[in-house]
Amino acid sequence: MAVTELGWTGVPLAMFAGAIRVSTPFLFVSLGECLTEKSGRVNLGLEGTLVFGAMSAYAIAYLTGSPWLGVLVAGIAGSCFGAIHGFISKLPKVNDVALGIALMMFGTGSAFFLGKSFIQPQAPHLPSIDFGFWTSIPQLKVALQINPLFFVGLAIAIAMSWMFRTTRIGLIVRMTGDSSATALAMGYSVDRVRLLATTVGGFLAGVGGSFLSLYYPGAWNEGLSSGQGLMAVALVIFARWSPMMCFWAALLFGAAGAIGPALQSIGISQGYHFFNAAPYILTLVIMIVSISPKRSLRGAPGELSITR
Amino acid sequence: MTDKTMPAVGLETVGMTKIFGSLVALEDASIRVAPGTMHALLGENGAGKSTLVKCIMGFYQPTRGKIIVDGVEEIVRNPRDAMKLKLGMVYQHFTLVPSLTAAENLVISRPDCPSIVNWTAELANLEAFLDRMPFKVPLRTPVSSLSAGEKQKLEILKQLYLDRRFLILDEPTSVLTPGEADEILGLLRDMTRAGELTILMITHKFREVNAYCDEVSVLRRGKYVGSGKVSDLTTDEMAHMMIGDTKLRERSARVEQGADRTVLELSALFASDDEGLPAIASVDLKVKAGEIVGIAGVSGNGQSELVEVLSGQRDLDDGRIFINGQPFEPTRQHMDKFKVFGLPEEPLKNATAPRLSVAENMAMRSFDKPPISQNGWWLSPRPMKAKARELIAQYRVKTPGPDTPIQNLSGGNVQRAVLARELSGDVEVLIVANPCFGLDFASVADIRAQIIEQRNSGAAVLLVSEDLDEILELSDRVAVMSEGHITYVSPIGETDRNTIGHAMAGGH
Ligand SMILES: Nc1ncnc2c1ncn2[C@@H]1O[C@H](COP(=O)(O)OP(=O)(O)OP(=O)(O)O)[C@@H](O)[C@H]1O
Ligand SMILES: [Mg+2]
Repeated sequence: MAVTELGWTGVPLAMFAGAIRVSTPFLFVSLGECLTEKSGRVNLGLEGTLVFGAMSAYAIAYLTGSPWLGVLVAGIAGSCFGAIHGFISKLPKVNDVALGIALMMFGTGSAFFLGKSFIQPQAPHLPSIDFGFWTSIPQLKVALQINPLFFVGLAIAIAMSWMFRTTRIGLIVRMTGDSSATALAMGYSVDRVRLLATTVGGFLAGVGGSFLSLYYPGAWNEGLSSGQGLMAVALVIFARWSPMMCFWAALLFGAAGAIGPALQSIGISQGYHFFNAAPYILTLVIMIVSISPKRSLRGAPGELSITR
Repeated sequence: MTDKTMPAVGLETVGMTKIFGSLVALEDASIRVAPGTMHALLGENGAGKSTLVKCIMGFYQPTRGKIIVDGVEEIVRNPRDAMKLKLGMVYQHFTLVPSLTAAENLVISRPDCPSIVNWTAELANLEAFLDRMPFKVPLRTPVSSLSAGEKQKLEILKQLYLDRRFLILDEPTSVLTPGEADEILGLLRDMTRAGELTILMITHKFREVNAYCDEVSVLRRGKYVGSGKVSDLTTDEMAHMMIGDTKLRERSARVEQGADRTVLELSALFASDDEGLPAIASVDLKVKAGEIVGIAGVSGNGQSELVEVLSGQRDLDDGRIFINGQPFEPTRQHMDKFKVFGLPEEPLKNATAPRLSVAENMAMRSFDKPPISQNGWWLSPRPMKAKARELIAQYRVKTPGPDTPIQNLSGGNVQRAVLARELSGDVEVLIVANPCFGLDFASVADIRAQIIEQRNSGAAVLLVSEDLDEILELSDRVAVMSEGHITYVSPIGETDRNTIGHAMAGGH
C-alpha cells in the first residue's frame, strides 16, 4: 500500500532531505574557512571561489562528460584562488579582509565572464547514493537519495578535528593562528603555514561550488550562489572554530534553507519568500546572540584580524 | 667540551654591542657565567639587560661581539642555533600558545615532534617527566585558563623538557606572588647546585638576588660596570654599581591633611569578568581628598576588574560612582571634567597605543585641546612634539626620541611615559594599579614619591597593589579585597602586616 500523500508528516522528511542537500556547500565552505581562520587569516573571497568552482566544475563536466573530474577541477581552481589570497596577504601592509572582498568580486566576475557559454547546455550530474531501496514510499525514497559529497564533507570534518588534535601539522596551524610570535620563535614560517592553509581552504570551497552546479540546484547560472560563501564566515564563528561543530552548524543552516521548499512541497506557498530568507535571518540572529561586548569570543584564534 | 662532568652549560660574552639606529643600547658588554651557578644580571630600566640576553639567544644580531659557550666560540644566528647549544630563555612576556593545552604546548615545542602524536604515550611520558621535576602544572588545561604563576612554571618546565642547560630568565618573578617566587627560585637553585643547570636571571629585586643568586653582573646605560660574588657585596654596593653617583629621589614627607572631604565614592559596585561570572560584588569605598587608600589582595580577586571599571574598560552591572558628590561615568568627558587620571597595570596594553609614537601617546589626554589642536579638530604636530620633549626630560623617559613607537621602549620607560602623561596636569582623583611592576629601585623611589606628592597636593588616590610593602609604605588607609568583596578596611596606624595577610587569605 503506497501512501502518496504524507501531508504534514512530509514536512520534516522534506526538511531532512533538504537539510542534507542544502548543507553540503555550507559544510565545504565553512570547513575551508575554518582551516584558514585557524591559521590566523580571514578569507572573505570564498564566496567568489564558490561561484568560480561551480562554473568550472560545470564546464569540465560538460566538456569531458565526467562530473567527478569537474569536482576535482573546481577544487584546483579554488586552490589557485586560495593561493593568490595567501600570497598577496603576506605582502606588507595588505589587509586580508579587504583583499578577500576584492577576490570575491574577481571570482564571481570571472566566473560569469567565462561561464557565459555554459548557461544553456546540460552537463552530467553527480550520482547519488540510494539509501531508500528498502521502502516503497516515494517521498522517503527521494529523501534517502543522499549525495556522496555530503559524506566526503563529513569525513573531512572528522579528519580535520583529528588533525587539529593529534598531528604536528594541526598543532602548528593552531599555533600560528593563536600566537604568531611563538611560531616564529620556534622557527616556523608563519606566512607559509597560512599560505598552505588558505590554499587548502580554497580547494574545499571550490569543491563546495561544484556541488551547486552538479547536484543541487544542478545547473550553472549566474544566480546560483546566494551568499553561502559569506554566510560560512558567520557559521565558522557560530561553530567556535571547531570542524565538527561546523558540520552540525551547516546542517542547521541547511535545515533553515529547506523550510521554504519543504512547505511548498505540501502546497503551502504563503510566506515562501519569508521562509527562503530563513538562513539569512539565522545568520543575523546568531551574530547578535553570540557576540556581546562584555564577553570575549571564546575559542577565537588570537591572531585573527576580525577578533583582534 | 671534553672533560665535562656536569650537564650545566657555562657562557661568556665578549664585547657585545648592539646599536638600534642612533641609540647604543649595549656597548662592549662582557659577562661570564660559570656553569652550575645562579647569576643575576642587574641594571636600571633601559640599561640594556633584555637587549644583551636577546643577543645571546640570537633573537637580535649583535652589532659586534662574541659568544663563548663552554669555552668554545660559537656563532648564534637565530634562536634555533641557540637551541642547539642548549641555551634557553623565558621572555618577559609569555610565549605559550593560549589555546593549546599545557601538554600540546610542550610536545609541539620539541624539535622532533612526531607527525602524528600518540597522546596516550606522550601523556605518559609527560607525567613521568613531571614526576622528576620539582613543580607541577595541569597538563590537560588550555594555557589561557592557567594562572600567571602556573604559566611561568610551564615556561620554565618547557625549557627543562627541551633539555636546555643554560636558562635565561627575564624578570621571571614580576608576575608571581612572593610565595610562588620563593617556591620557583628555590627549586631552580637546587637544580643549579646539583650541576644540572645554569641560570642567568634578570631581576630588580635585591631580596631575590641576596637569597638565591651566587654571582651578579651589572650593566649601566648599556655598559658593563662590574660583577662579583653576592656573598662579597652588600645591597648598597650593588645599588651603587647600578646607578653610580646619581642621587636617589628623597622620599617625600607625608603632609598631614586637615580636609575631611570625600572625593571619590564607590557605591555598591557590581561587575562581571570576561566569562560573565561575577568579579566584583557590592564594593563600597570612600576616598578623601589628600588620602591614599591602598587595596591589597592576592591577584585575581577582582582588583583588575575594579580598575577596569573605574577607567571605563569594563561596564558596571550595577552601582554608582560619585566624585565630589556628583555622579561619574568613566567617559573621556567626565574624566576631563572631574580630573580623573590613572596608571593601570600593564600600561603597554592598557594605557597606550603600542605602535603610535611616544609623543602621540603622551598627547592622548590633550590632543583635542589647544595648543595641540586648533578649534578642536586640526592637529598640529609641532606643539605636540614640543610638549613630549618637555615631559621626556622632566620625567627622565629614556627613548631615542619623541617619534619612536612606544612599544620599543623598555618596560620601565613605558611606565614613566604614561605617568608623565597622567600626572603632568591638575589631578583630583588618581587611580594606580601596581605602579612599580618591573621597575628598578631608583624608578620605584621616584614613582612612589610622585604618588605621595599628588596626595600632598590634595588628590584622592586609590592604589591597587599586590605588593604588600608598597601598600604599607604609601597608604593612609588599607582595604583588602577578597573574592570580589572588600572584606577589611582599616587606617594604616591601627593594623599590621599579619592582620592584612590574614584578611587577604580569606579570613574575615
Ligand atoms: N627594537 C628596538 N628598537 C629600538 N630601540 C630599542 C629596541 N629594543 C630596545 N631598545 C632600546 O634599547 C634600550 C635598552 O632596552 P632593554 O629592553 O634592553 O632594557 P632593559 O635593561 O631590559 O630594561 P627593563 O628593566 O625596563 O626591562 C632602551 O633604551 C630601549 O628603548
Ligand atoms: Mg627588559
